[in-house]
Order: sequence, then C-alpha cells, then structure tokens
Amino acid sequence: MTTQSKTEKKSTFATGSVAAALIASGIGTLVIGLLTTIAEFSGGLGTFLNWWNPTGALSGKTGVGILAWLISWIVLNNLWKDKEYDLQKAFKTTLILIGLGLLLTFPPFFVLFAAE
Amino acid sequence: MSLSNREFWTLVHGMFLGAAFLLSFAGGLAGLYSLRPQWVTAAGIEERLGRLRWGTTVMAIVAWLTVITGSYIVYPWYRATPPEGADLSLYPRSFLKASEALSGWHSFGMEWKEHVAWFSPILATAVAYLVWKYGPQLVENEKLRKIVIVLFILAFATAGIAGLFGALITKAAPLL
Repeated sequence: MTTQSKTEKKSTFATGSVAAALIASGIGTLVIGLLTTIAEFSGGLGTFLNWWNPTGALSGKTGVGILAWLISWIVLNNLWKDKEYDLQKAFKTTLILIGLGLLLTFPPFFVLFAAE
Repeated sequence: MSLSNREFWTLVHGMFLGAAFLLSFAGGLAGLYSLRPQWVTAAGIEERLGRLRWGTTVMAIVAWLTVITGSYIVYPWYRATPPEGADLSLYPRSFLKASEALSGWHSFGMEWKEHVAWFSPILATAVAYLVWKYGPQLVENEKLRKIVIVLFILAFATAGIAGLFGALITKAAPLL
C-alpha cells in the first residue's frame, strides 16, 4: 500500500499510525451519525442509548461513538503502526466517513427514517 | 447585575470556552500553515512546533469541555419536561416546539447541533495527536501538513455549526 507522488519524498516515518488516527476519527463520527439516524426509527435503540435521563439518548449515541473511536484507534494503530499506509487513501477514507457522519446527523435526512 | 446559575453555565459553555476555542483555532491554523522549511529557520520551526503542540492540545481540551458542559449541564435544562401549567419560557425545548414559527430552531437547529458538536473534540484530538507525534514530519511532508490542516478546519467547522445554532437558539429561547 505504498504510493508516493513524484514530488513527494519517500516517507521517513511509518504512516500507518497516521492512517489509524485519521480513519478512527472518521469511524467515531460515522458511528455517532449512524446511531442518530437509527434511533429515529428504532425506539428500542433509543431506550438503550438513554444512559442518563436528563440528557436522553444523546448520552448513549455520543458515548458509543467515543468508544468506537477509541477502540478502532487502538486496534488500527496496533495493526498498522509499523507499516506504510497511503496517506492520500487514508485521508479520502476519513473524509468519506466524516461526510457520511455529517449526513446522518443532518435532521432533514434522518427524519426521513423517523418512526410514525 | 447578576447571573443565574443557568445563565452562568450558558456563558461558560458558549462564551468563555467558545472564545478560547476560537483563539486556539486561529493560532493553530496560522502555525500549521506557516510550518514550512522555506519560510522559517530551523530555530523558528522548533519554537513554532512547541507552540503548535500546546495550542492544538488546548483546542482539543476546550472542545471536550465545551461538549461536556453543553451536553451534561446546559442541555438537560433545555430539554426538561415542564410540569402541567408551567411557564414554558423556563423550558426552552417545549417553548420552541409549542410555536409553529419557532419549532424549527429545535427540530433542525438543536437536533443538528447536539450531535454534530461531538465531531469537533474527536477531530481536534486526532489533530493534537498528529502534531505531537509527527511535528517534524509536518514540516517536511507537505501532504501530511495539508491533511492535518483540513482535519483541523473540519474540527472548527463542526464546532462552528454547533456554536452558531447555540447562539441563535439561545436568542429565540434563552435559558433563564
């Protein structure tokens, strides 16, 4: 997975840890988005995510999102820390994950799935 | 001249932490953008890197404090269910939802703000980690520097969406 542009010097560091940090942050944001949309039509999930009543399901949506972010970061970093990973590819993947996360938290989108 | 407990925490959440976030973003962005070997001497880069490391760390910490105070101190007051016959102006969510003209501030503004705000500390933490761990590489590797700058701007933009709606919602239905 090593690609270098003609103008870029070969990396003098293992880019796997960079990719892990980037992609894990995208995963965290995507999970928050996914839970936001799914909780709209799944009352059971909304109840499960209600970790603290004064804040409601927001506590669980963000709590699970943070756990997903941290766990995926640890796992990906352990897998890739000594490897080279195409930074451009990692960045594009991260942007797609964040973009999906944004879409899934966007009210006009997630109300399309709201339970009657 | 006094502030209620709710007004105090709204001020801490929106103004103090918001201002600190804005300041650290401005400084961090300038630092990242100018982190080029052709623009700064080796000594200058070392000095800038030190400031950048602490600046991005402060921004990440402030982002976490902002979402935690927002979600766990201010938001419960916003979404509290009013008792029968209560004055709705003390219950912002119910106050907004009761008016057709204002309900969009809740159904669009608050619904987006409360979720998207949490993107910011996650992205800001990733930036701070990359600056701490790969500071010297950020100078040499333009691709890495650009990636970190975009992530940094996204951290700010998501906080910006939340901050903007926070201010507008507070104007429509202040926490008294």
